[in-house]
Amino acid sequence: MKELRKNPLIETRSVTRILPGPVPVTLVRDIDMHLDAGEFVAITGPSGSGKSSLLYLLGLLDRPTEGEIWVEGRNTGMLDEAELAQLRLEKMGFVFQFHFLLPEFTALENVVIPMRKLGHWTASEQRRRAVRVLAEMGMAEHQDKRPDQLSGGERQRVAVARALANDPLLILADEPTGNLDSANARRVFDLLASLAHEQGKCIAAITHDPDLAALTDRQIHTLDGRIVDSGPIAA
Amino acid sequence: MKLIIDIALAHIRSRRRQTIISLLGVATGVGFSIAMAALMQGSQEDFVKQMIDAMPHVTISDEFRRPPLQPIDRLNPGGAVALRGVKPKEELRGIRNVHARIARLRELPGIGIGPTLRGQAVIRYGGKDVSVTLVGTKPETERRVSNLEDDLRAGSLDGLRTTANALIVGSGVARKLGAQMNSSLTVSSPVGSARRMKVVGIFHTGVTAFDNGQAYSLLKTAQVLQDRPNVINQIRLRLDDVTQARDVARRIEALVGYRSESWEEANESILEVFFIRNIIMFTVVGAILIVAGFGIFNIISTITYEKARDIAILKSLGFRQLDIRTIFLFEGLLMGVGGSVLGWGLGYGLTTALASIPFEVEAFTELTRLPILYSPVHYIVAGAAAVIAAGIAGYMPARRAARLNPVDIIRGAA
Repeated sequence: MKELRKNPLIETRSVTRILPGPVPVTLVRDIDMHLDAGEFVAITGPSGSGKSSLLYLLGLLDRPTEGEIWVEGRNTGMLDEAELAQLRLEKMGFVFQFHFLLPEFTALENVVIPMRKLGHWTASEQRRRAVRVLAEMGMAEHQDKRPDQLSGGERQRVAVARALANDPLLILADEPTGNLDSANARRVFDLLASLAHEQGKCIAAITHDPDLAALTDRQIHTLDGRIVDSGPIAA
Repeated sequence: MKLIIDIALAHIRSRRRQTIISLLGVATGVGFSIAMAALMQGSQEDFVKQMIDAMPHVTISDEFRRPPLQPIDRLNPGGAVALRGVKPKEELRGIRNVHARIARLRELPGIGIGPTLRGQAVIRYGGKDVSVTLVGTKPETERRVSNLEDDLRAGSLDGLRTTANALIVGSGVARKLGAQMNSSLTVSSPVGSARRMKVVGIFHTGVTAFDNGQAYSLLKTAQVLQDRPNVINQIRLRLDDVTQARDVARRIEALVGYRSESWEEANESILEVFFIRNIIMFTVVGAILIVAGFGIFNIISTITYEKARDIAILKSLGFRQLDIRTIFLFEGLLMGVGGSVLGWGLGYGLTTALASIPFEVEAFTELTRLPILYSPVHYIVAGAAAVIAAGIAGYMPARRAARLNPVDIIRGAA
């Protein structure tokens, strides 16, 4: 299949995910969408509309029941568990609603862990990079604190720093501001926007807040497991 | 890999108290198994050593393993004719053609040969009777086949030669009779002859059966007393290599025809007791280690449940199932290794403490301290068993943790 436009960063082709069980539950159905570099996309929709499920599928944490997910022109359905993990390690960063930092490690160590796993940089380079990313998040003075010594907003910024650790192409955020006050939420969203626009990352964030969604380039509305409106395509 | 170790160590550190208790469980198992093995094997080796010091390694007696065939059976083997109530021919007891047979034994290497006449006798002294097994021997051959000379508390083996009608008695026999060196005893045999004999030696082996019921005299004297001139009814052999006793006995039996019994065969029931004792020991020790394994299983299961969220994070960061499994397996192995090392210390302490306990048994043998065998094999086996148990105990929850679906956990937490 020859296409004129270059491969999108990530693309779904008729993706359906059904939870098996006595009463099968359809999480998402026939999703066709794509995300490109430099885009900041909001995924919105009511609870249970399948937006989280879609995000996990995009993040390769879950596999579709039907359909295909292509990342940089590769069909992920052909990859095994270890290869998917490697793809996540190299290309993706996650930010969840709750900070999900490892409680035994300091902020700096939490940011370093994905880099150590990847192993592209020496220990001193890893540390230097982690310090820089944390400084970009305004967390320089907190880098040696453990998660339980940080406030919610600070933890979430550390989580964003960790998502950026391996310089991924795609950052997936599942209600990253869900348990933050509006000032902190705004701050995290501004951060994500600047990552997309200044560093050319692709960012997909789930949010309930229409004000925050308005800060993004494009909104994808989900309802009952389908995309009902994929908003304006960014210029 | 170092990252995985760091994460595993962080998990263990976060549950310090439980980890210490699991470690103590493993250490107890390892320590007690080492102490028990040291004591069990120590006492066994001590016992066997005493036994093989006090007994001949192979005994050729004037018996056959199978009764001789009756002429009618020899003529019609398995035939239709059977004779009932056949009285076997009365034969003179004793090993026949002794000199030729001994000459043949001499050709075998590494064997000491002691031809003896063994018979019952009653020793009478001061109105007391003690029945003994009287062994007629010669000092020069006795030296080759037993430790009698070393076991003598008083007197000498050569006294048998230098004194007429000399007798060496066990310490228990002497005590019962109230006899001392140079006491003059009356020794009578079942055939009715009696003779006054002089105590020229008192031996003490530590094996009560011998000390309380055995006496030695010169072979000639014994033959006269038993009225069996020139008869030998037992050839005792001592081997340079005791462990070969079973094989040598079998070969010799084929060679000389008479029943040849190794010390192992003669003491089969005792060795069987040891065998059963070892099974009991390994069962108990195995149970301790399994219980310790349950402890490890428990703590690692708890950690995997507690750290479900961390597992989801690590997976979302790009950790493979294999990485997750390795983390928790490593935690289990670490507890196994840590517990083993603690257990080695505990085991060494326990065995040292046991070895210092003074102890005395009257019944069979006398000990002053518990016999302890220090062997690195015990440490290696107990440690390896603990590490294997810990590995299995860690692997099961580790596998479950690795298979956790991160999406389920993230959904549950959100």
